[in-house]
Amino acid sequence: MSRPDDAAIDPRAIATTRAGFSRQGLSWIDLLPFAIATLVFFAGGRYLPLGTQVMIQIAFALSLDLILGYGGIDSLGHVAFFGMGAYGAGLFATHISSEPISGLAAAAVVGAATGLITGPLVLRTRGLTLVMLTLAIATMLQELGNASAMKPITGGADGLFGFQIAPLFGLFTFDLYGHTAYWYALGVVAFVFFVCKLVVNSPFGLAIRGIRENPVRMRMLGVNVTARLVTLYCISGALAGIAGGLSAQVTKLVGLDSLGFLLSGNALVMLILGGTGSLYGAIIGATIFVVLSDRAAAIDPFNWLFAIGFVLILAVRFAPQGVVGLINDALGRYRARRSS
Amino acid sequence: MIVNLGATVVALLVNGVAYAMILFLMSVGLTITLGVMRIANLAHCGFAMFGGYLAFGLVATGHFSLFTALPLAVIGTMLLGAVLERSVYRWVYGTGQLGQILMTLGLVFIFVASGNLFLGSDLHAIPVPDWLSQVWIWDAIAISAYRVFIIAVSVGIAGICWAILEFTDFGAKLRAAVDNPRMARCIGIDVPLVFSITFSVGCGLAGAAGVLATQIMPLEPWYAFEYLVPLLMVVAVGGLGSLKGSFYAALMLGVVDTFGRYFIPAAGAFIIYFAVVALLLWRPRGVFARGTA
Amino acid sequence: MSNMTPALKIDGVCKNFGGLHVSRDVSLTLPVGARHALIGPNGAGKTTLVHMVSGLLTPSSGKIHLGGIDITHMAAEKRVALGLARTFQISSLFPQLTVAENIGLAYEARYGLDWRIWGTARNRREIVDNTAVLLEKLGLLELAARRIADLPYGQRRLVEIALVLALEPKILLLDEPAAGLAATERGALLDLLLRMPEGLSILVIEHDMSLVFRLAQRITVLVEGAILTEGTAAEIRGDERVRDIYLGSRHHG
Repeated sequence: MSRPDDAAIDPRAIATTRAGFSRQGLSWIDLLPFAIATLVFFAGGRYLPLGTQVMIQIAFALSLDLILGYGGIDSLGHVAFFGMGAYGAGLFATHISSEPISGLAAAAVVGAATGLITGPLVLRTRGLTLVMLTLAIATMLQELGNASAMKPITGGADGLFGFQIAPLFGLFTFDLYGHTAYWYALGVVAFVFFVCKLVVNSPFGLAIRGIRENPVRMRMLGVNVTARLVTLYCISGALAGIAGGLSAQVTKLVGLDSLGFLLSGNALVMLILGGTGSLYGAIIGATIFVVLSDRAAAIDPFNWLFAIGFVLILAVRFAPQGVVGLINDALGRYRARRSS
Repeated sequence: MIVNLGATVVALLVNGVAYAMILFLMSVGLTITLGVMRIANLAHCGFAMFGGYLAFGLVATGHFSLFTALPLAVIGTMLLGAVLERSVYRWVYGTGQLGQILMTLGLVFIFVASGNLFLGSDLHAIPVPDWLSQVWIWDAIAISAYRVFIIAVSVGIAGICWAILEFTDFGAKLRAAVDNPRMARCIGIDVPLVFSITFSVGCGLAGAAGVLATQIMPLEPWYAFEYLVPLLMVVAVGGLGSLKGSFYAALMLGVVDTFGRYFIPAAGAFIIYFAVVALLLWRPRGVFARGTA
Repeated sequence: MSNMTPALKIDGVCKNFGGLHVSRDVSLTLPVGARHALIGPNGAGKTTLVHMVSGLLTPSSGKIHLGGIDITHMAAEKRVALGLARTFQISSLFPQLTVAENIGLAYEARYGLDWRIWGTARNRREIVDNTAVLLEKLGLLELAARRIADLPYGQRRLVEIALVLALEPKILLLDEPAAGLAATERGALLDLLLRMPEGLSILVIEHDMSLVFRLAQRITVLVEGAILTEGTAAEIRGDERVRDIYLGSRHHG
């Protein structure tokens, strides 16, 4: 009997129970980033390439938040999905078709496949071993791309370039001003964000939170923990692959640095700046980081590293929940004061 | 043909072992930090870099040679390690793995930026005295004297460490603390202090490696990132907390990498990382890990 | 009755860790509907035995059958699918989730909904309705929106019992359910256990003798990993050796 007799249940009991389930559905706050992005478009053409970069990194950070913030998987090798997706989209455009949306689909498939292959291996381990295994796999893939034997395919140290991207929907050409690229990126980020929201609010998402809190108890509820984590890993891999593919299509270039550790490290910085486990933190953190690093790199690329270094150390000590955490604390204090 | 191959193999072996010894010296501190103190420390390579830069600076003043700069650089690195351990590392002892990763990542960035501030973004190597930069030729075999020097000094340092572990009071306390920290505390060993000292010494050893290796691992700002991954791989494959393990793992990785790059250049460094991934999947705790209950 | 497959059959199970023999040749049979207690001093290997039955440890030798099926090497999650459920010495729940979410997760797993990446648990009637009914039955409804981490220990114990009941198990393993509970809470717990369905087989590890003697039909005594004796509540009560173990110090001197 899957459901108890309806007539016998007190509707008040149902309401009280429902109130016990957290609500993370869509709200008006979710429109805010898109409103801001639209404003930026009209604010000035100079900012479009930067804005596009921000959106690529937001997509990447969102995918990392899924496994790190929600799944509790400390991965230092997330760039592997980004890079595989980038190369996937680049090779797709070079050899198969320059149509952008199918290129992104190819990138997603490559990312998910990478997750499917590495996931069952990686997710059997825990703690420091897992961290180092993710790092080893990402480095291995980067060295594979670098190997001179692979040069005809990946372009080696020079990278993939010279491929064309067809007009979006056959109508909007990817022009030099970056207009189409900007809206394209916005659409892709919106897609990534909504997929993340969907997953996080779903019964699957609740199970993932359960696995994070207490994997042994989840097993004793009859759940195959590794299988669930691998599924999450594949979804995250597909989304990171999409971010990589987007980057490839927008810049029309895929280099070895799309498989480099720096991207993984940067994404971690974005998440701690913004706050893990909330999706909004990924958006806020990526925006702050990309904008600041762009400004700072223009002034002095190395001293910018000093700044990131100090911010990281201080953030870990004083604001480990990031901007979202600070906002939540402030909201909590505000509510406490109002009720007293 | 065979003689040439033999000669090549010997030369490669010497190079491989020298590289391995450097990796081992660097990994001693890291394997203790990761395996025993259980801190995810990504900044360890930065201490090697610091030692190298410090020695370079000393030698550049003209008042020091490689041999006099080495011990000073080691002491300097030990001091830096001690200061950082007492401050920022303390902050993250309780935060869990992610906090440690992020904090030490911040340290890495600071190391990189400091390197650039000090010497710019060019590559630098510490000049080697003439009598050490010879190449010994015997028949078809050519061996770099400096590589042999590296091996000799590394083995010497490793030997001193081993002697300290086996024969001194401190060594006994450290071995007890490594085996069973709780028990060690119960019998009166100041475990945090022992670990702090060990951390500091580990940093010093990394600094020594950084000084010795500038000819094969030149100093540049991204040093702290560059060799982080090979170092982590040595420690992971060797087994966290196992000195013997990292010795063998370093030997294996150093030699396989050197031979691999020579004989199958088309594959580059892919081979070694593939080997690392395969080994870690086969034995997640490390190939030479200490026995588990 | 006698030709019915036992709910649980533990057959000559041993567990060694290196040279340490934690379980020695333990055999135990639970018929369907059993009320069976496992008692013994600390370190006797009771929890180890439960870990082996639930699948968190593998026996070094011996066999375990659940309803006639050999589960000795079966993965823990598969055993749950066969109807096994257990509680832990220290309540094993999801601390940052609410009571409703904890129970909801159990139903979600039970009905195989945990792989759905669309919709919400909140909107699934199977999950919410069943959770509501169970919470009300156990008097936990008012706590539905409270996080486990914010609840006092006694209430957490109760939530864990609710959690395992949500799995609608055929056999229930309880590891010291009364530990840490105040007297009134123990009374409520005993009440709950006495009202369990007849078809459910229960194996309880306990130190609280009053609870054991009022609940158990049969009792097994485990000492240093091996079975000392097994019998009905009355037999064990009268057994000299059992009294020695629990009151041993008084006999000396």
